[in-house]
Amino acid sequence: MTRAETFVTAAYLVFLAVVLLYVVIYAFKLTRLEREVTELAELARERKQRRAA
Amino acid sequence: MSTSLLNNRAFVLASAAASLLLAGLGLALLWIPEVEGDPAFPIFYLHVPVALTAYACFGWGAWKALRLLWLDENRYDLESYTAIHMGVIFGILTLVTGSIWAKFTWGQWWVWSSRQLVLFLVLFLFYAAYFMLRYSTDPGPRRARMSAVYALFGVVLIPVSFLAIRLAEDVIHPGPIVTSREGPQMTGDLFFVFCVSFAGMLALAAALYTNELTGKRLDSSLRELRESLE
Repeated sequence: MTRAETFVTAAYLVFLAVVLLYVVIYAFKLTRLEREVTELAELARERKQRRAA
Repeated sequence: MSTSLLNNRAFVLASAAASLLLAGLGLALLWIPEVEGDPAFPIFYLHVPVALTAYACFGWGAWKALRLLWLDENRYDLESYTAIHMGVIFGILTLVTGSIWAKFTWGQWWVWSSRQLVLFLVLFLFYAAYFMLRYSTDPGPRRARMSAVYALFGVVLIPVSFLAIRLAEDVIHPGPIVTSREGPQMTGDLFFVFCVSFAGMLALAAALYTNELTGKRLDSSLRELRESLE
């Protein structure tokens, strides 16, 4: 690989790495949102049971 | 707009982005002959579309901010914030890819005497400070209006940064070869590949924007739901 090819590859790899990092961060966010939805569903279920009792 | 509709749009945009970016990369590396004097020229097809997309995101954020101030509709706050978030990501990519190209061509990662580089850095830091302002204020209409005004101030820097390419007396950064008054200063082949890459980058930004906006809206709805349940 020539010096120019190394720099071109590095630039495109950095771009790919940033996009992938974004996807990873977004995946963590989705996991958190899923956990919050589960907690809220649990809270709503408890309320419903309390009201029924 | 429903979440499923937004997700469909995000899928179409992400597919378009992947296809166009891969096509642009393939054409740049395999079809375009080596540009005389700059063997690292394929970085151009990444660096310039990324920079123009960053400007587009900041401009979009400012437009949404203007809509918020004009129509006083709260949804524009989240849209403006998301666009600026995307702009900052593309801004980081502009600085990093530009530095890699600079190291190869000029032998330095950064040149402080280049007005264009410094102006882009100022624009980037200005929008990076947007987050500090946003998170130092309590959520609500006041924060939305303050953020909108800040986003609108920042947009003034875009034409300044753009004009710097033309007005800059330093000769280290290339002149406006895409947005020159006389039209693109490159052959038809080079311009075609540039357009493919730029379309791919805009599609990527739109896909990320749509996804991020869906996530932020979900976050906000969940917070409201939690407050009403607790």
